[in-house]
Amino acid sequence: MSETQPMRTPMRQVRGLGAARSGTVHFWYQRVTSVAGVPLTIALLLIITALLGRSHAAVVQILGSPIIAIVVLLFIINTAYHMWIGMQEIILDYVHEARWKFLALMANTFFVFGVSLASIYAVLKLSFGV
Amino acid sequence: MAEFETGMTTGATRQRPISPHLQIYRPILTMVMSIVHRITGAALYFGMLLLAWWLIAAAAGPNAYANVEWFMGSLIGQLILFGYTWALLHHMLGGIRHLIWDTIHGFEPAEREMLTLATLIGSISLTLILWVVGYLVMGGPR
Repeated sequence: MSETQPMRTPMRQVRGLGAARSGTVHFWYQRVTSVAGVPLTIALLLIITALLGRSHAAVVQILGSPIIAIVVLLFIINTAYHMWIGMQEIILDYVHEARWKFLALMANTFFVFGVSLASIYAVLKLSFGV
Repeated sequence: MAEFETGMTTGATRQRPISPHLQIYRPILTMVMSIVHRITGAALYFGMLLLAWWLIAAAAGPNAYANVEWFMGSLIGQLILFGYTWALLHHMLGGIRHLIWDTIHGFEPAEREMLTLATLIGSISLTLILWVVGYLVMGGPR
């Protein structure tokens, strides 16, 4: 039965390498970033609430102050990795056709880098001026 | 080579077990909240565009910032922001629930229902509290 008809694919039998011991890396970092994300999300919500209705000059000054800027930067970087893994997971679950799958995976990377680098640049500009 | 060919016929073409998909199950709270967790995650993914827009506008100058404030203060902007607040809090609380489950706790029928209901009630109440505070204490967006 199962002895004569193994579940292993031909490629796996040919390679004979066994597991690469890296299969859980995204699972693990999704947990790491979600643990970090809890305090960072609470902090970001408090920062945004505190900035409601303030003038542009006040918002610039507060967002550019070291502690606030560092917290916002940590939120952006942590969220970038978390959302990249999450969207990759969604794509792999629902997009099976090879061409669309790889296009979607690339688009995910481009989107995450674009949005997070733009946000990081903005916070740095608010911090260092010019 | 003969062994390899045997592998081809047994390994690759053999009928593999498949699990039944979502449609055949009766919707239950934990299942619906699992789906909502994914939907809120996907919405928050695109919601990062709003955060980026806000930060870039603040860095760009008063005129760009006034545009963001105008949009966020409009009815559509307020609805998006309200949904964003809830999605963020719900995804955060759902994440905490999953972290608790990761420690192999809270899997008893009553426990998992309680945890799941708590994330829903918690996210709705926290969103309302935050918005009441935002409007009463901070005067809301202008």
